Amino acid sequence: MEAFVRHAGTAAPLRRSNVDTDQIIPAEYLKRITRHGFEDGLFAQWRKDPDFVLNRDEHQGVSILIAGPDFGTGSSREHAVWALQNYGFRVVISSRFADIFRGNSGKGGLLTALVDQSAVERLWDLVEARPDTVVTVDLEHRTITAGDITVDFDVDDYVRWRLMEGLDDIGLTLQHADAITRFESERPEYKPTVV
Amino acid sequence: MGRTLAEKVWDDHVVRRADGEPDLLYIDLHLVHEVTSPQAFDGLRETGRPVRRPDLTLATEDHNIPTIDVDMPIADPISRAQVEALRKNCADFGIRLYSLGNREQGIVHVVGPQLGLTQPGMTVVCGDSHTSTHGAFGALAFGIGTSEVEHVLATQALPLKPFKTMAITVDGELPAGVTAKDIILAVIARIGTGGGQGYVLEYRGSAIRSLSMEGRMTICNMSIEAGARAGMVAPDETTFAYLEGRDHAPRGEEWKRALDYWRTLGTDPDAEFDAEVVIDASTLSPYVTWGTNPGQGLSLSSVVPDPSDAADDVERVAIERALEYMDLVPGTPLREIPIDTVFIGSCTNGRIEDLRAAAEVMKGRTVKDGMRVLVVPGSARVRLQAESEGLDAVFLDAGAEWRGAGCSMCLAMNPDKLAPGERSASTSNRNFEGRQGPGGRTHLVSPAVAAATAVAGHLASPEDLGA
Ligand code: SF4
Repeated sequence: MEAFVRHAGTAAPLRRSNVDTDQIIPAEYLKRITRHGFEDGLFAQWRKDPDFVLNRDEHQGVSILIAGPDFGTGSSREHAVWALQNYGFRVVISSRFADIFRGNSGKGGLLTALVDQSAVERLWDLVEARPDTVVTVDLEHRTITAGDITVDFDVDDYVRWRLMEGLDDIGLTLQHADAITRFESERPEYKPTVV
Repeated sequence: MGRTLAEKVWDDHVVRRADGEPDLLYIDLHLVHEVTSPQAFDGLRETGRPVRRPDLTLATEDHNIPTIDVDMPIADPISRAQVEALRKNCADFGIRLYSLGNREQGIVHVVGPQLGLTQPGMTVVCGDSHTSTHGAFGALAFGIGTSEVEHVLATQALPLKPFKTMAITVDGELPAGVTAKDIILAVIARIGTGGGQGYVLEYRGSAIRSLSMEGRMTICNMSIEAGARAGMVAPDETTFAYLEGRDHAPRGEEWKRALDYWRTLGTDPDAEFDAEVVIDASTLSPYVTWGTNPGQGLSLSSVVPDPSDAADDVERVAIERALEYMDLVPGTPLREIPIDTVFIGSCTNGRIEDLRAAAEVMKGRTVKDGMRVLVVPGSARVRLQAESEGLDAVFLDAGAEWRGAGCSMCLAMNPDKLAPGERSASTSNRNFEGRQGPGGRTHLVSPAVAAATAVAGHLASPEDLGA
């Protein structure tokens, strides 16, 4: 996984709350068996509207999404994270994320930066007024800077460490294979197996 | 201080605990289906990692298989590729798979419990948010993403941060005609789609205790719709009676040992929850959703809400947007909303009891002219059971379609879909925009309300049908 310490890029304001993963990527796109190419399904319904924020000229090439509260609710599909990443997003900023979506993001290397709704509103206003504003997300110092705005964001310590080190989660767990084997040797006999 | 049910199950599965790190939790049962697993198996191949415990891993085909012509090759090439990938992956990695045509095939959350694989005190995961269903047995069961599917395949463990706990106490007697589905729709309408975020919900109280396992599964199933990771019900005699004798339930001495353990799992009297919600069961009535998230629900006797009554701007905009998508006018009685499609099925309400409830309403009646009614059993076993009880004949006589087992119109990955502008009453769990087909509109309801709606042609409860 690519290490993430700091990212600077332009941002798209998504002024919607409760964006569920069916909106991020509709089920019909989930049939693929690869891990790339999901950008075409990102916000598929909304992107049919020429006025949708990602369709506007001034928001091409964005890599940061500033979303409303309750982003990523609904289905646990990780494709939502891949779709955002495949499209080019490295960071989503919101005042509230759904748990599973946030977990999936951390694992996939997409940073979910949690800030107050008031900060979201200020960032929205700024990037709407000046779409070319470079937004800098500094994971090391947990700050977002854009224009004259500087806000701290929240991110889980462990996720932050892993993202900064670019560590593979499974490899980390396999370092504890002995502990897993020990645990298994003490599991009660009555626990079911599928065979 | 005492511990809650969720905390006990958690503690009993900690493989490793270290300061500043998530707990490493052992996983007792890993369920797999075709949609969220291909990339996980690909990851294993890339890294040369085997599946650690194929004997604790079970796969079924459910999400995008057809429910008619099931003996034909799957027509949609992409669906077929996904199902074929699962078959190959299971063969390559030695995982048991219940394929289309097998008598144990079905929706993953229907199959686990009916085989007796889901038991109290277990940790159960699946790459599917409705894994919360299995919490009805007092298991800690939650949905995971594809990276986590790969993680569990490779290690049988998952690093996890502890959840908070919330008690949802539903006390008192349920009025006649009020079902588990109505309870959970009312709970979500009360706490909102984000209300459970970060929590494991424990459903308690006399109204919950009085429910069958099927009803408890319906409730736990939709915990995720309140934003929670999991929902649980403490195991009791109803749980044990359901489990005893099932294929994978312990037997003999082991059954006794298991029972001894299961009886210790209930929340201690002096345990504390991080949050608590209390609902008086006697105030509940059949619930339906009018909007585009499961929290936008109301009693069937209400009217479509008016955005101008909203508490704040965010809510007002949400209501306006939902009404626009749903093409509804504020003030319209919910009972007057015309419906053209009824879907009875899904992991929320596709079990035998749900089909019995629907059949009881449809028996001797016919569905409204022009109404499309799909009855889709949750598993091949449920289908066989229903047929042995003659329920298929009731549905067919009434003018409904009787299908093979699968997710079907719950998420419209197979050919069962709403056309743009069509409006369904559905016993599934999600009414998001386009969930049942692009442009389709969904009202979530119980099986009894779905069946009554099929007959009446508009949202209706069984009492509305008269004698
Ligand atoms: S029935 Fe619906 S909610 Fe349940 S597993 Fe299938 S698609 Fe998911």
